[in-house]
Amino acid sequence: MPEFRNVGEVRGLRSAAFGFMVFLYLPIAILILYSFNSGSLVMVWSGFGLNWYAKAFANADIQRAALNSLIVATVATALATVIATLAALVMTRGGPFRGRGASLAMISLPLMVPEIVTAVAMLIVFAGTGLSLGLGNVIIAHVTFCIPFAFMPIRARLEGMDTTLEQASADLYGSDWATFRYVTLPILMPGILAGAMLSFVISLDDFIITMMVAGAGSTTLPVYIYSMIRQGVTPEVNAVSSLLLLASVLLVTLYWLVTRNRDAATA
Amino acid sequence: MIASAQTPALRRFLGLLPALAVIGLFMLVPVAIMALYSFLEANPFGGIVWRFSPEAYVQFLFERDLADNLVFQSGYLIIILRSLGLAVLATILCLIVGFPIAYFIARQPARHRNIWIYLITIPFWTNQLVRTFAWIIILGRNGTIELPFRWLGILGADDTLGLMYTDFAIVIGLIYAFIPIMVLPIYASLEKLDFRLVEASADLYSSTFETFRRVIIPLAKPGIVAGSILVFIPCLGAFIQPDLLGGGKKLMLGSLVQFQFATARNWPFGAAVAMILLAFVVLCLLWYAQAARRAGAQSGALAHA
Repeated sequence: MPEFRNVGEVRGLRSAAFGFMVFLYLPIAILILYSFNSGSLVMVWSGFGLNWYAKAFANADIQRAALNSLIVATVATALATVIATLAALVMTRGGPFRGRGASLAMISLPLMVPEIVTAVAMLIVFAGTGLSLGLGNVIIAHVTFCIPFAFMPIRARLEGMDTTLEQASADLYGSDWATFRYVTLPILMPGILAGAMLSFVISLDDFIITMMVAGAGSTTLPVYIYSMIRQGVTPEVNAVSSLLLLASVLLVTLYWLVTRNRDAATA
Repeated sequence: MIASAQTPALRRFLGLLPALAVIGLFMLVPVAIMALYSFLEANPFGGIVWRFSPEAYVQFLFERDLADNLVFQSGYLIIILRSLGLAVLATILCLIVGFPIAYFIARQPARHRNIWIYLITIPFWTNQLVRTFAWIIILGRNGTIELPFRWLGILGADDTLGLMYTDFAIVIGLIYAFIPIMVLPIYASLEKLDFRLVEASADLYSSTFETFRRVIIPLAKPGIVAGSILVFIPCLGAFIQPDLLGGGKKLMLGSLVQFQFATARNWPFGAAVAMILLAFVVLCLLWYAQAARRAGAQSGALAHA
């Protein structure tokens, strides 16, 4: 709307916005920059080097933590995405029913309750019941808080979907299952993919809840990074942190591309 | 046709069952048990003793002296007040910084808007622990901020600006962590704003400030309210920022909960602190629902927030 361009335009806003971007990205840039510091003190620059990355890759504890993180994120994402897809189908295609609002509130519960509260509540239950499945405990916790993150994009996709194709399939004597399998699911796939990616990122990044429920052998990467920071910082922390950041940025970018295509398709 | 009448209901039930069972079993029930724990006696070796006791809540305001008399002590009250104060401060600063940014993005051409929003969401999805750690490098002793002062010789080798382990550092960390979730809802409501109203206001000789106060702010209110709540709740329960940037000395409610469970091993008291945190969250959400209903009655425009 070029004709309104000048109205409500405030001078200096553009520079403020660029300044804001610097505020958002400079700390991350500094963190990554120092990961290439060859010296052993984070804050004292002693020249460019990849030695801390080499050290991090060779560190058996980091390898184990990274593997744990991947296992937890993969399993939790798979479970949460299936569970969320079922719930989203009921919410968008199930018609009105009693308890719909309550169910929706329940699914959003992990988004409302502060993480630390969830963390200790789960700790109490795991400790109280003696449930100790190693990584299994961590996976259970992650599935729980990943459900709403997987649910949101899937529901959004279902709500934005044109139902005429589904109706056509039903009109042509397609069974409910055939309609779901050959019509709804393929159109829904980008939403499911987006939900899975969000829940993978959330699981990969979680620290507080994992710290509380993880037993000795089930440390994940963020929990390990926390223990490294506590012991005193070396550029090794920066190297591992940079890799974790990179993984999240890649996933979120993928998510962005997937959902952007959706917007372009429906527009 | 009983079967076909039951099928949709059965399907709904089976579809929702996994989600509700998982969240119910591993979230709702645990929080209920935690509420119960807050009324039990602490076992000095960790865990609890199954005996009713209001001790955990009494502990907030009183401690027992040698003769077992209750003596007022303000330590925990101060932690609650500090948490509220820092969370409110961080929320207000997020609003002051975030609003103009959201406004700027909403005024961009549609193509550019998407890129701006992408750039703002990216940090939000990256690891909060790592992003908070970055501020240790910036604010810390010999950190990025102190670097130029050292080069210029203003700071000696043993001097420090003392930025770390302060309330200032905590608030910076909170703003940095949560400002994206302030910008996004405000942007969502500003994006829908009909800028012809802004133009009309200007045509009718209102000053920029008047237009802002009487036209833009009321229309952006749903986004402002949603953003403020979304920032305030995690700030109040923050653990990472007070722990890393406050040095674990300046406790907030979130770090107090963690401390009681991990170090002090007083589970009923930790549970009571968590309950108080939860009570503030519920108050916020009730207030939000109320505001949404009022705004909904006025304009029906809050759906997006």
